[in-house]
Amino acid sequence: MCLAVPGKVVSIDDSADPLTGLIDFGGVQKQACLEYVSDVRVGEYVIVHVGFALQRLDEESALASLKLFEELGLLEEEFGDAWQQAARDAGAAAVTEEPRESEAR
Amino acid sequence: MKYIDEFNDPELARRLLDEIGATATRPWALMEVCGGQTHSIIRHGIDQLLPEQVELIHGPGCPVCVTPLDVIDQALEIASRPGVIFCSFGDMLRVPGTDRDLFRVKGEGGDVRVVYSPLDALELARRNPDREVVFFAIGFETTAPANAMAVHQARRLGLTNFSLLVSHVRVPPAIEAIMTAPSCRVQGFLAAGHVCSVMGTAEYPELAERFRVPLVVTGFEPLDILEGIRRAVRQLERGEHRVENAYARAVREDGNPAAVRMIEEVFEVTDRNWRGIGPIPLSGWRLTEAFRAYDAEHRFDVADIRTEEPAECRAGEVLQGLIKPTECAAFGTTCTPRTPLGATMVSSEGACAAYYLYRRMNGPTPQATHAVREEMNPVA
Ligand code: SF4
Repeated sequence: MCLAVPGKVVSIDDSADPLTGLIDFGGVQKQACLEYVSDVRVGEYVIVHVGFALQRLDEESALASLKLFEELGLLEEEFGDAWQQAARDAGAAAVTEEPRESEAR
Repeated sequence: MKYIDEFNDPELARRLLDEIGATATRPWALMEVCGGQTHSIIRHGIDQLLPEQVELIHGPGCPVCVTPLDVIDQALEIASRPGVIFCSFGDMLRVPGTDRDLFRVKGEGGDVRVVYSPLDALELARRNPDREVVFFAIGFETTAPANAMAVHQARRLGLTNFSLLVSHVRVPPAIEAIMTAPSCRVQGFLAAGHVCSVMGTAEYPELAERFRVPLVVTGFEPLDILEGIRRAVRQLERGEHRVENAYARAVREDGNPAAVRMIEEVFEVTDRNWRGIGPIPLSGWRLTEAFRAYDAEHRFDVADIRTEEPAECRAGEVLQGLIKPTECAAFGTTCTPRTPLGATMVSSEGACAAYYLYRRMNGPTPQATHAVREEMNPVA
């Protein structure tokens, strides 16, 4: 959870309060709060931590990080299903399906 | 050289390693503060690639690991109450409290939900006005702007069923505690890049001066880490002790001023207990008086829950860089990711977990590492 993942701003919802945008993390898309980088534009890259864009990043560094994070399985750690992960760690066989809060937004 | 072919630019990595080797004329001990960096280091075998004179000591920068046991027990207590929706980041689920974890509480019928962002928890509060929604607000300076925004929005929206169980920690006082410990061997720091993305570097020159240590702001990728080490060693060899920014593409000197303003509006500095380490003065944040109504500790009256940490877990020493995880007798025997005694064994940024994942076998090979990963993660 400490990791901040770079992503590309796909769209910005100017009417949202706080300011919100859709961010693409190498294929996985999620909403993030853009209030702390409020002059960011579509197509730019930002680093996102727990749903908040914290700084801009240039495209080259962003793509390099994303590629590396993907190779290392860090994107799965960040965006994968935490219950399944916890069940695996605990040695449990089955997990109950849970509505994904982050997708319900 | 083992592992180096896995680097995204092996040539550059080799050059950086050669330069570090040529620069270091005597032994130096550097601490990487951030758990994300620890994982990157162990995963890529950076500590094994470095010349012998340069030792890396792992620091306390894993928020999941340093959240005190009594706060975990408070979380478990609140999450068990009827009418509560308890929201947390996924990596807190398996952190052991005194006798169970959040995963167990959910199994016993507690409404525990994993959220990706504190704003998701806020949205749950908005959609469930008849329930109490509590968000487990842990983390360093990187996470604080998000949690501050969530509570700020809750007040603006007039939501009365939302609160935070706050256990926020700050890096600079931890550096101070490490440097003033009698057993301290740290001569230079790789400062955590994303913490500085938010806070900037203003808090560091005073520390560099007072303790005469180089502080090099460093990113997370293997090459970032090698570059941070290169600059720290160069300073040490020259007898310098400055703040240097080796992660300029994500860190500005003044950080993110809008985020800092929001933190300062919502939080005030307070003393905090660190799991395994104990109290560090002024090392955390709590909600200010104006936001006290959103403090779950008071709302659910759990402030009195105080618990002892298990004696056999040496996570405190691991987190202060005094021992390596493999020096703990429980490592890999009574303590594994399946039966963790301390949070450092379950957190994705914990040092014990990193060693279990990549260093359990002597002289690990990429194949061995892969086998261990499969065993830990059979479905993936
Ligand atoms: S190996 Fe387990 S018991 Fe030992 S310090 Fe790490 S978490 Fe604690």
